[in-house]
Amino acid sequence: MGMWLFLFTELILFGGLFIVYAVYRYTHPDAFHLAAAELNTFVGTVNTLILLTSSLTVAMSITAVQEGKKGFALALLGMTIMMGLAFLVNKYFEWGHKFEVGIYPGAPELLAQPQGVILYFGLYFVMTGLHALHVIIGLAVLLYVFEAVRRGSINAGSYVRLESGALYWHLVDIIWIFLFPLFYLLH
Amino acid sequence: MTQAAAHTLPGGRGFYDEPGRHTGIRGWIFSTDHKRIGLLYLGSMSVFFLTALTLGVLMRLEMLSPGKTIVEPQTYNTFFTLHGIMMIFLFIIPGLPAVFGNFLLPIMIGAKDVFFPRLNLLSWWLFMIGGLLALASVFFPGGAADTGWTFYVPYSVRTSTNVLPALIAAFILGFSSILTGLNFVTTIHRMRAPGMDWFRMPLFVWSLYATAWIQILATPIVGITLLLVAVERMFGVGIFDPALGGDPVLFQHLFWIYSHPAVYIMVLPGLGVVSEILPVFARRTIFGYKFIAYSSLAIAFLGSLVWAHHMFTVGMSNTGMFVFSLLTFLVSIPSAIKVFNWIATLYKGSIALEPPLLFILSFIIQFSIGGFTGLMLGALAVNIHVQDTYFVVGHFHYVMFGGTGFGLFAAMHYWFPKMFGRMYKKGPAVVAWALTTLGFNMLYFPFLILGYMGMPRRYYDYLPEYQSVHVVATVGSWVLALGVIILIVNLLVSLRRGAIAPANPWGGKTLEWTVPSPPPMENFDTIPTVTTGPYDYSEYEQRSAEHP
Amino acid sequence: MSHTDQSAHAQHVVSYSRYVVIWFGLVALTALTVALAGIELGRWVIITALVIASIKSLLVLNIFMHLRFEDRVFRLFTVVAFVTFLIFIVMTFFDYAFH
Repeated sequence: MGMWLFLFTELILFGGLFIVYAVYRYTHPDAFHLAAAELNTFVGTVNTLILLTSSLTVAMSITAVQEGKKGFALALLGMTIMMGLAFLVNKYFEWGHKFEVGIYPGAPELLAQPQGVILYFGLYFVMTGLHALHVIIGLAVLLYVFEAVRRGSINAGSYVRLESGALYWHLVDIIWIFLFPLFYLLH
Repeated sequence: MTQAAAHTLPGGRGFYDEPGRHTGIRGWIFSTDHKRIGLLYLGSMSVFFLTALTLGVLMRLEMLSPGKTIVEPQTYNTFFTLHGIMMIFLFIIPGLPAVFGNFLLPIMIGAKDVFFPRLNLLSWWLFMIGGLLALASVFFPGGAADTGWTFYVPYSVRTSTNVLPALIAAFILGFSSILTGLNFVTTIHRMRAPGMDWFRMPLFVWSLYATAWIQILATPIVGITLLLVAVERMFGVGIFDPALGGDPVLFQHLFWIYSHPAVYIMVLPGLGVVSEILPVFARRTIFGYKFIAYSSLAIAFLGSLVWAHHMFTVGMSNTGMFVFSLLTFLVSIPSAIKVFNWIATLYKGSIALEPPLLFILSFIIQFSIGGFTGLMLGALAVNIHVQDTYFVVGHFHYVMFGGTGFGLFAAMHYWFPKMFGRMYKKGPAVVAWALTTLGFNMLYFPFLILGYMGMPRRYYDYLPEYQSVHVVATVGSWVLALGVIILIVNLLVSLRRGAIAPANPWGGKTLEWTVPSPPPMENFDTIPTVTTGPYDYSEYEQRSAEHP
Repeated sequence: MSHTDQSAHAQHVVSYSRYVVIWFGLVALTALTVALAGIELGRWVIITALVIASIKSLLVLNIFMHLRFEDRVFRLFTVVAFVTFLIFIVMTFFDYAFH
């Protein structure tokens, strides 16, 4: 129950950002469409699929632990972690590309744009950045869980920590499910 | 303060005898026992409270005469900023839940501890880190923040003072508050003793439950908002700064989405304390238990819908102003339900005027004044006239200090014997009550008058015609400070010299009075089974019916 | 966080195949939302996108996160949290929508 309540605070934390997004999208509709064209839908879609699949594997790992299949559970958790890393690598290149073309906070090219575009990218960096931070925290949690499964302290009799870790990872997934259409699919 | 408690009580010192894995100071700061954590909060919170109180008294001294009296204008700006941040984030918000909630909640519902004891300790550590960071920011180069506790943009993005440490401190404190909240909700759901169903819980527990939900659901909004201001300051990301297209009013919306419900985080536990203490000293079952319990939830819910009444003059849409004003009036309904039920509880009771009840009576009157002035502020036309004046300052001090602050004093005098196993002297406690009540009203009622006359808040200087009222208020601040000093000294002296307290000195009916004072480690030898409601004074009521 | 959270929820084992079916559904919905983004739908763009995202998160919540198999109180909590957020956003727009 503690974990669920914590997830609600995380959701509301992002909820605050979604409120900001909603207001600015409402007040600057055209600039938001203009700015969204800069984002690469393909990269966004790939990252969506990566996260969805990683959610699948971490969910399956609970079943594997419940059935006492330690090796399979470790393989699934390992895949989840790899996919989390792949997501971050994609994100790194995506941000890197933005920086190259002069889209970063305070960049002169960006400041020359209409104000709605500045706001859009301000939100883009804050929201995807905070999400990426959650991915990193989630990865650290999963690494810890992986190690605990390997040592056997998480097993068919006691796997609350695995469930909590998995819940956190699903939360990261759910947030991305909303971020993706709001930033990448705005044409 | 908490350390001094650990001195010789003859017959067993309860949980003080069992420091756990560590000894000495580490037996406290690494303890996961909810009672020790509650006392840790009490000690640290008292220090922050006295610091902020001193700042307040200094501010009043500065306002004694127009122009410069003792400090420079910039110092005055940092004074009211620090006074606000410390009083709100370090005293009133954690005050009742973290001190008395931690100490009493598990005992009141018949549990050995909270559900997540280690998380509980983490909350205290975060609280200390945040508190010390806020204090330390005073000494960093650049000077203490001067934005007021509200951190309004764009000034908070542009001022050269140390806003960043203050923002981070507030963020950490918010996190600590969230963790306490989720701990309490889980504890109340999972740890109630057999027979302790929802409507047998003490009303203080109900108020903590409602408070905990606000902490969980509203605090993250201010967390992210302050984080956005921090990011904007550090990297120049365009979010709220109008120079980058941002909307500063949106910041105010987000800030008040939390900070108005935070008012209820501050005041709900105080209301719970009143409901707890009144029946004991009136020897009557509380009137309308379910109404009081549900009104806590109703206040928590309605309180989340009214935030923009802080912003009636920023140029909101008329529809927005109308809706928020209407909803503001609605909050008075559950609040009034409580007040009426309290008065009905006193009616025909066998009233014992002990210090806790005296503080509660002051609470009820002052909270009512705070509530009524709140309704005046909620009315659009009046609001335009008194917006950002001393009227507002007077109003929220009546609610926060006159309400919650006095609730805390009452709780201190009510549960002191339970916490420390000693009684305090009644005489000085009554004197302290008289002085704090007198001083408080002498200080803040003039604020309402000043505000109506047009004295703006946060101003360093003022026109000479305001001076006479300012002088009255400043003298009031001295009376109040004297009262607080007597109150604290009396309790501190009693820690060592007070008479040994029995398990149930007041004739309370809730579970904490069934265990020895101070309670033993893990509270109960065997978890009790609860068979009656919390305020069962039927035997007294029968007696008074027979011999009227 | 939940090291000691030995909450007494029923041990419910969800089969692998059920997870995989849900995953196919999620991928299909992703494809749908990307495809719809290419079509000019005017003001419906945001609505369809949010509806699809909500369906996806409901699938994740109910199956991947086991909300369906948990105690009823968890679902109640989720609704409370969601409604709170909805209230915040609606109330904010009482200001912005009527400027």
